[in-house]
Amino acid sequence: MSKNQAFHRRGFLKTAIAAAAVAGVVSLPSFAYAQSKIKVGLMLPYTGTYAQLGVAITNGFKMAMSESGGKFGGHELEYFTVDDESSPPKATDNANALVTRDKVDVLVGTVHSGVVMGMVKVARDSGTPLIIPNAGAGAATGSQCAPNIFRTSFTNWQPAYPMGKVLADRGIKKAVTLTWKYGAGIEAIEGFKEGFKKAGGTVVKELFLPFPSVEFQPLLTEIASIKPDAVFVFFAGGGGVKLMKDWQAAGLKGKIGLYGSGFLTDGVLDATGSAADGIETTLHYGDGIETPKNKTFRLNYAKTYKLQPDVYAVQGYDAGLLLVAGLKAVKGDMSKKKEFLSAMEKAKIDSPRGAWTMSKAHNPVQDIYLRKVVNGENKVTGVAQKALADPARGCKM
Amino acid sequence: MGKLRPGTIILVVCLLALAVLPWFAEKYYVQLFTKMMIMAIFAMSLDLLVGFTGLVSLGHAAFFGVAGYVLAFAAPEYEAANLWVSLPLAMACSGLLALVIGVLVLRTSGIYFIMVTLAFAQMVFFLFHDTEFGGGADGIYVYAKPVAAIAGWEPFTLENHTHFYFVVLALLVLVYTGLRILLDSLFGRVIVGIRVNEHRMRSLGYRTFRYKLACFVLAGVLAGMAGYFAAAQFGFVNPETLGWHQSGSVLMMVILGGMGTLTGAVVGAFSMILLELGLQGLPAIGGMDLSKHWQLLMGGFIVCAVLLLPHGLLGLGRTASRLRRKPAEARDG
Amino acid sequence: MDANTFLIQVLNGIQYGLLLFLVASGLTLILGIMGIINLAHGTFYMVGAYLAFSLSQHFGNLWLAMAGGVVIAVVIGLVLEWLLISRLYHRDHLYQVLLTYGLILIFEELRSVVFGDDVHGVAVPEILRVSIPLTETLSYPVYRLWMSAVCLVLAVGMYFLIQKTRLGMIIRAGAANREMVQSLGININLLYRLVFALGVALAAFAGMIAAPVASVFPGMGNQVLIVCFVVVVIGGIGSVKGAMLAAILIGLVDTFGKVISLEIGGVQLLPQLSGMMIYVLMAGVLLARPEGLFGKRA
Repeated sequence: MSKNQAFHRRGFLKTAIAAAAVAGVVSLPSFAYAQSKIKVGLMLPYTGTYAQLGVAITNGFKMAMSESGGKFGGHELEYFTVDDESSPPKATDNANALVTRDKVDVLVGTVHSGVVMGMVKVARDSGTPLIIPNAGAGAATGSQCAPNIFRTSFTNWQPAYPMGKVLADRGIKKAVTLTWKYGAGIEAIEGFKEGFKKAGGTVVKELFLPFPSVEFQPLLTEIASIKPDAVFVFFAGGGGVKLMKDWQAAGLKGKIGLYGSGFLTDGVLDATGSAADGIETTLHYGDGIETPKNKTFRLNYAKTYKLQPDVYAVQGYDAGLLLVAGLKAVKGDMSKKKEFLSAMEKAKIDSPRGAWTMSKAHNPVQDIYLRKVVNGENKVTGVAQKALADPARGCKM
Repeated sequence: MGKLRPGTIILVVCLLALAVLPWFAEKYYVQLFTKMMIMAIFAMSLDLLVGFTGLVSLGHAAFFGVAGYVLAFAAPEYEAANLWVSLPLAMACSGLLALVIGVLVLRTSGIYFIMVTLAFAQMVFFLFHDTEFGGGADGIYVYAKPVAAIAGWEPFTLENHTHFYFVVLALLVLVYTGLRILLDSLFGRVIVGIRVNEHRMRSLGYRTFRYKLACFVLAGVLAGMAGYFAAAQFGFVNPETLGWHQSGSVLMMVILGGMGTLTGAVVGAFSMILLELGLQGLPAIGGMDLSKHWQLLMGGFIVCAVLLLPHGLLGLGRTASRLRRKPAEARDG
Repeated sequence: MDANTFLIQVLNGIQYGLLLFLVASGLTLILGIMGIINLAHGTFYMVGAYLAFSLSQHFGNLWLAMAGGVVIAVVIGLVLEWLLISRLYHRDHLYQVLLTYGLILIFEELRSVVFGDDVHGVAVPEILRVSIPLTETLSYPVYRLWMSAVCLVLAVGMYFLIQKTRLGMIIRAGAANREMVQSLGININLLYRLVFALGVALAAFAGMIAAPVASVFPGMGNQVLIVCFVVVVIGGIGSVKGAMLAAILIGLVDTFGKVISLEIGGVQLLPQLSGMMIYVLMAGVLLARPEGLFGKRA
């Protein structure tokens, strides 16, 4: 028995030592470097469903930083990376680690709306500047807006709203909406409804699917029996692919128009095949934007990463451009926070999607393009609405 | 209990180390250890079910998360909740939920119990995920940490991270001691008896269902306590807080440390969180960025832990000495 | 809802239910016969879908891909049972939960390393690429009907295998008393290995035939897993018949939960809370019959 207990204790001590060692390793970064570097905390998904988006954003962001020379008034950049796993329960904790442990000067992230809400919480509490390169939760630049929170992507409302007017102008009066029952989908549908109603249309039925279920068949049957003029949807990734395929298989294609926020057809056209042909969507980016800026961006990105850039890479790139604008204004001196923030607020971002500026609530005022799927590309066919700003409801800034 | 065992000495040393930590550690580490202690309370509450009563619940996060939501509802924007009102309220809500779910799930046992607890937790998840009142899928904020004022007097303020740390530490000790006393009582012997042989306990005249239900509710209440402080610390509650991944990882904590020993749950919670930090901080080796695939290593670790550490970290000595004595038996066991 | 739409919705529900049955049947077999709770079951569904994708690219033919995929799935099942699962028979369910939870993490990351995180599509085979018009706007894809037929055939086959063959008899005896069957000179270890491989193959096969309509994406296994648990709980552990009935019941409840509007006291309950419907159904069944519809009383 006594021998057993001796082992018992030694096992425990070993654990304790190992634990201490791990804690030591983890704590290293906070002592090892001097103050003069500009610390950038990247909190993005590198595992799980959104891993690819996290990588695209990181690539775009780093490309913008390296194009700018990567040095500001003698201050070099230093990156701290955290995999947020798209897990909201860990969100505040992860963001907090970047702020209090690594003492980052600026936070960049993320993709998942729930996680970004956790980051917004930390940014508001700590005052650390936050740049959001994707997540479209309206609250981040709405009711939770703050002087130190910026977004370089979109609000869920933003790409959906113009589609309402586009459809109504074509004489479509009766529409049905369909989305997953979660924040982003609900906000996008609200945006579409607002635009559609304003232009004289009526949404006759709002259909929902529990997230992340992809069993569309009952809802397609329902749609077929309602026979609306158009259906507006918000889906992304695998769910979007399945919807478009089911839509075609159910024979609805060509009989009832299917429209959506651009995420429906982005990054999934290879997987969808012919089922996506002719589907029109609205988004702040698209293929074949014939500007010199976009051409060089696409060329450089493809050369550097051996990958074609997508809308997420653009958003990451713009997050980099925004940070560069701020850093240049203060010559890399992050103690001048006020000047830094005001430079970012006033920045005019020369983006591959077209130049845009910050709204009062710190969300892009940008053109929303109308796109159509042609030959496996999201071809831009026009501008659905020029210089559209999110209404930023609830923002008191 | 009276004799001074080596285990007790280690326990006291660790406790002292925890007690002086805030004087030596940076804010981040104080907060990290606060989180580990909160998870330790959570893990202990599950250990009461899994390790002592023999009820493997895969839905324990439901009670953890619900308490967080109660705090969020009790603290509207720009108005802090009172700790002395909202904490009991949150724990009571978790307990009530545990009572309702418990009455249903305790009708089953074994594999059924595992699956049914999972499914009920999923039901609670959808309740918060699919409705607007708790902020839906995006979650809801706890804008201000609860205030500990009693009639104008404030013994401590949770906004101060050191105060928060000591409050959680005190609760950890309180929960640990409370559970120890409870488990040493007749009640404790009955529930352990239920785990070993429920039929026998029933034929001895114990109404085992009531005992199990009491345990389930108590575990729910304690999980609620942990969930309350987690929500207060992070200031944010999301449906995923009650998701099954959360339930799975707390179960891993209990097993990793060694179930059926409250200390094991605490050790498991601490080591699991440190391990995760360590794996995510791994460097790139030879072009392969290990930290990018840290979940692969985590999965491998869990599989190895199950196969090689049947008694958890605390039972390391037992496993090792058994391996040395009877290699064959240990392999089969 | 007119009669036509109602009937189509019933068809939708049954069709979804049959696919659910195919995934859940492997889970219930492994549970009922071997007493192993396998959280990684949904992961094998995902593995199957990814195999269908990559093999059909390689062979240019879904049928060959399915054949090859089933072989690979069986091998995966055999290896996993030999390497890991066989060490768990005498251990508490708890360890099975954890080990298979670890397997989920491993397989998800391996999937990310091998196939990447892209969404992929798998083409429906040429001959099945037609639809039958039902109403003037709606038609029903033949592939879905074919899927249902395959599920039915497999269900009948499984029932026959377990209830009517000698092998099935041994399996049933082994589930009841492992030691006794062993003492009769039957290699129970091999038997279990085969049953586990069969379970994995069933899940993977379900992923393969669902791939053309469901598309292939990361995390697709986890959402299936929990629904499968509900199927098994409602149907009763180990009962193929129960799983069939429960799966169709769930298919119908899920289908109608999404399209029926229900309001009580001014609060919109359906379709708002359609995600909860199957769990409510499960709670109801548990109240009446804790061991499930066709489960043995514990």
